[in-house]
Amino acid sequence: MLATAIIVFREVLEMAVVVGVVLAAAEGAPGRNRWVAYGLLGGFGGAGLVAAFAGTISDAAAGMGQEYFNTAILAFAAGLIGWTVIWMRQHGREMAAKLKETGRAVAAGESPLHMLAVVVGLAVLREGSEAVLFVYGIALSQPESALDIAAGVALGLAGGGLIGAFLYLGLLRISARHLFSVTSLLLTLLASGMAAQAAGYLVAAGTLPALIDPLWDSSWLMAQDGIAGRVLSVLIGYQERPSAMQALFYAGTLGGILLASRQSNRRSWKPAS
Amino acid sequence: MSASFRLRPLGAVFLGLSLLALPLCAQADEPGVYHMVIKDHRFVPDSITIPADAKVSLIVSNQDATPEEFDSIPLRREKVVPAGKEITILLGPLKAGSYAFVGEYHEDTAKGTVVVQPAATAPKE
Repeated sequence: MLATAIIVFREVLEMAVVVGVVLAAAEGAPGRNRWVAYGLLGGFGGAGLVAAFAGTISDAAAGMGQEYFNTAILAFAAGLIGWTVIWMRQHGREMAAKLKETGRAVAAGESPLHMLAVVVGLAVLREGSEAVLFVYGIALSQPESALDIAAGVALGLAGGGLIGAFLYLGLLRISARHLFSVTSLLLTLLASGMAAQAAGYLVAAGTLPALIDPLWDSSWLMAQDGIAGRVLSVLIGYQERPSAMQALFYAGTLGGILLASRQSNRRSWKPAS
Repeated sequence: MSASFRLRPLGAVFLGLSLLALPLCAQADEPGVYHMVIKDHRFVPDSITIPADAKVSLIVSNQDATPEEFDSIPLRREKVVPAGKEITILLGPLKAGSYAFVGEYHEDTAKGTVVVQPAATAPKE
């Protein structure tokens, strides 16, 4: 049971961080809970599909199918996040004005925030498929009873969900004045980390050179396989031994998003409260 | 890559990006190929020795009825090995040293190491 709980916890932890940041970023957006729920459901469905076709994906692209599949998902999610953040920054003033006028957030149709539902779905799909594969394997080899497996899954889900909830509630403690800046910065770092991870998969597939490998080794400072290391690796893209190529993708994405939203940065965000 | 890359990172970026345009950079030598099987949630052999600063392929064949995930933070590789399938993991060029990996789904038994030896002392493949 404990082994199952630990593996499920690890995978859920990574999606929970994404969901926690998305929930905080979209705080006050109408219909938020509904579209996040859709994202979760779609992601779980997708995770099952990915797990079912794991063999097909693995054999694709001359055996590098997994690498390209992960690259595509990460790059797509990073792109969606980047686009959303740039939009949020550019429309920050309008959003604030509307908040003031109507006492509530902009109408869902005007905001691309619901695009973040797709990001939630992709995160769940990617991490969830690994959890599904693991649980499937456990169920198949039956070293544990069905009840034990179910208890392990429930425990892992609860543990991961708890971390996500702490992150979300912690972010909400930030004053409304700063919440927008903090969440848009977190989303930017999330996207940069995903871009760096995507670059890592392209290096693994032999498509890109690592350039300098590793660029640094900070495993002595923060191990990437501990809970804090795992949370940070999703949240800000922390890697204990990144390649220079990954660092380039990270810096490029970070710089690109910041630059694209720079103009609107000057028109600073004035929250309604 | 080579030392000149380290000295001129920007040049390396442009060279790296231009390499993208080529289908696959032509290698003078065939990269070494190493084999490993997963059986009873263990890697057999659980260690391979490869030369430093060389590109090699590690073919992992899963003979178990359950999926496994080859996972290594030091090697920066994470790849599912579906039941009854084999996967190829491209490694290197790596610095000399010892790089641990695990089968994430059975971490208590599935453990292994990639030992990277300085080119002069590494066995010829």
